[in-house]
This record gives sequence, C-alpha cells and structure tokens, in this order.
Amino acid sequence: MKITLNLNGTSHHLDVDPRTTLLDVLRHHLGLTGTKKGCDHGQCGACTVLMDGRRVNSCLTLACMAEDADITTIEGIGTPGNLSPLQQQFLDHDGFQCGYCTPGQICSATAMLEEIAAGWPSHASDSLDGPFDLTHAEIAERMSGNLCRCAAYPNIVAAIRQAGRDGSRQEDAA
Amino acid sequence: MREFSFHRAASVADLPAGATIIAGGTNLLDLMKHEVMAPESLVDITRLDLDRVEAEGDGLRIGALVRNSDLAAHPTIRRDYAVLSRALLAGASGQLRNMATTGGNLMQRTRCPYFYDRRMACNKRDPGAGCAAMGGVTRNHAILGASDHCIATYPGDMAVALRALDAVVEIDGPSPRRVPLADFHQLPGDTPHIETALQPGDLITAVVLPAPVAGQHRYRKVRDRASYAFALVSVAAVIRLDGGTINHAALAFGGVAAKPWRDPDIERLLTGREPSDALFAEAADLLLRPARGQGENKFKIPLLRRSLIATLRDATGMEATA
Repeated sequence: MKITLNLNGTSHHLDVDPRTTLLDVLRHHLGLTGTKKGCDHGQCGACTVLMDGRRVNSCLTLACMAEDADITTIEGIGTPGNLSPLQQQFLDHDGFQCGYCTPGQICSATAMLEEIAAGWPSHASDSLDGPFDLTHAEIAERMSGNLCRCAAYPNIVAAIRQAGRDGSRQEDAA
Repeated sequence: MREFSFHRAASVADLPAGATIIAGGTNLLDLMKHEVMAPESLVDITRLDLDRVEAEGDGLRIGALVRNSDLAAHPTIRRDYAVLSRALLAGASGQLRNMATTGGNLMQRTRCPYFYDRRMACNKRDPGAGCAAMGGVTRNHAILGASDHCIATYPGDMAVALRALDAVVEIDGPSPRRVPLADFHQLPGDTPHIETALQPGDLITAVVLPAPVAGQHRYRKVRDRASYAFALVSVAAVIRLDGGTINHAALAFGGVAAKPWRDPDIERLLTGREPSDALFAEAADLLLRPARGQGENKFKIPLLRRSLIATLRDATGMEATA
C-alpha cells in the first residue's frame, strides 16, 4: 500500500506491505540504520523513535499507522557536527560500551525529559503532584523500557541527569 | 506475520464486519509476529474521535483511545482517582504507555507462555487442545477462579484499579450497551477462549467512572523486577476511614485470576470495623479460602495474603511492618 511518512522534517512516499513495521521501513526502505532492532517485541527499547514528540517502540508500530505523524529518529536528533545536548552528555559520561542501545536510549531520554518538564508523574514519584526531581530512582524507573546489555546504566543515568539539569537551567535563564 | 488487509476507519459506523480492531497495537502486533493471532483484516481506529476525558454527571467518561500515559497524567485522574494513575504508572514502559489505549488495554491477552508458544497445547488459542501450562512452568498463573481447562491470568494493571473504582465499559455495535467491568472479563470455565463480554461487531468506545471516593488510594504491585514487569500479584485499594472505623473498602487484585478479582465478602467484613492486624488477617483468610496453587505458583497464596495486609496497613495509617 502507498503511504507517506513525515520523517525528520522530510516527506517520503513509499509503497509497503501492510505488515511492514515502522522500524523495518526506517532501516530497510530508507537506509536510516541509526534506529536498532534488538528484540523486535517491544521489550528492549533499541528501536525507540519519537512520534509527534512522544517516544514509542517502532518495532510495535505498523508503518501504515504512522502516516500523518511527525517522526524523529536519532538521525534527526543530532549529527556528528551538531550533537544534541543529550548526545554530548552521553559522550562526556561514557554512557555506553557497545553502543547498540544508545540511539534508543537517547531518543527515549529526549522525550522522557520533556515528560518531566510537562509534569508527568512516574511509578517512582512519592507524590502524583510533583515536583519530579531527576533522582536516580526517577531516571531508572522512567528509562526502564530501554535495556543496556553492557550494563552501562550508571553512566547513562549520569548523562541524562546532567542533560536534564542543564536543560532546566536554560529554562530558568530564559 | 501472516498477510492481512489494512483499513483505516473514518467513523464508528465505518468498521468493516469481521475485521480485527487495532489501536495502539502493542499487544496485538506482538501476537501477530508470533502468529498466535493472524487476522485477515485489520481496521485502524486511531483516527476516531474517542480520545477525550470528560465529565459525566459526578463521574468521568474516558474515551477508548485515551493513551495510558495521558490518562495517568490527567489532572482529574491524579486528584480524584489516584489508584488509577498509580496502576497505569506501574504498568509497561514509557514507550508502551504512549501507544497503549484505554480500550486496548482492557483487551490485553494473557502472558501465559504456553498461549504464546504455538507448539504448546492451549485451550485458549485452540479450544479443546488441552492445557500445557498445567504441570508446567506456572510462575505467573492463576490461584483464583481457574478451571481444569485454563489457568491463565489477565496480566494488566489498569483494569485492576478500574475494578476497584466500579468502572463501566461503554460498547457500541449491533446492540450498544454499558457493561460493568465486573462482568466484562470472563473466568475460563470450559470456554477459556471467550475472554470478554464483547460480541462480533462490538467496539469499546469509553470507560465510565462513577463519582470519586475520597480516601486513601493505593496500588501495590509485586513483581520479579522493580519496573517493567507483569504483576505476580497486585492490590488496588480505595479505603476511607470515618472516626476510626473503615466506612468504605474497595479492593481488587491483579495477577491472580483471568480477570481483576474482587470479593464483596472481604469488603463487607472490613466495613464498619476498626483497623487491626486481627481484622486484616481475617480478611486475608476469607479472600484466600478458594485459592488453589498450580505447583510452582503456590507462593502467590502467601504473597497475596501479605500484599493485602500490607496494603490495608498502609491505607489505614498503621505502621508499615507488623
């Protein structure tokens, strides 16, 4: 079936089998291999992308259901010459070993910081009303949909915490 | 995944007969990848106008397409139905909650590993085939309401809170109606393949909550990991005290049966009484009277007992440990 995907600010016209997941379209039809296939069942988070700014598992999304949405992949988050603040923090804190889960971690954390800014509570929050601080418990809970087989979790948490602190400082200054 | 045709519904009246409905798709697509489900026709309902939370009388009408993450963060849910926010936040991951819908979550299938594995006998997947779970790996299986045909559990969290809140499911279709959540999910009996009250052509359009009950709202979930795991057991509680006695007790239990479990006898026992360890032990005895282990999952019986007592102590302001 013919579909149009809005991806990283560009429209793509594609002809796909309805069974094709968004993940497979990204990797196999469009050559955007930054998004990774780990478990292909929504358990590991390696395939995380943003749909209309919200993090989702692209392996559990049919491409034909993603029409009309604005999709952002790791390629749209930043480039080697123009890293996003989170990407820079992952580098500064050595937030990976093999790097396979990293695009999913960064897409997920990008949206997760937005969720905190929007005042969304989590299972780790003492009160549903907030405020929600970037504690270790909050970050671990909110990022539990992203597994790291190398167990680089301490550095991933540190990178996200720093990016979150820098982000809220910028907001305070603005 | 087997081949299917894909159609996007423009209105509730536009649903093609016989098509399988997809919304968030987080469970359905997974089952289709395993070929446990193989619909010939899929209809995407996500463009329908069913994504609002609005007042209905003193209660609330939650559209079937409201996403789990939006519902958990909704100001009215957080303030007046906190047990529902807590249950939603205890389920799945941030990514999945962004996709999963209120209606779809009610339709979530069991996570029984024998249901997922097509090489195994399963009365739910293939009526009459037998049940390979019995005598097998039963860690996540039922201790209440199971039958000789099926010991699977309903895995969700949201519905457990909805059960404690006396929610009602609004259904459109050949005979539009409202079904109390209590009657929505079915115990297996000798028809474990029949899981809900839905009939062909039906569509869940909303979940309706009655007026909120002020009091202590708790959702206690016990699982193998601290996050992103299904409940071994869970307890949803809405408890209100008046002058030192319990005057409202709504308790629902997850991970223990094919539906969110609720026992009016224990609520009657608790109501009008002063909180005490003796009373809570009596309530646990009553709740667990019909409980039956399935080999490996026998641990759930004492676990449910302790979870109930801990939840009641917490909700009535007693010390955390006896």
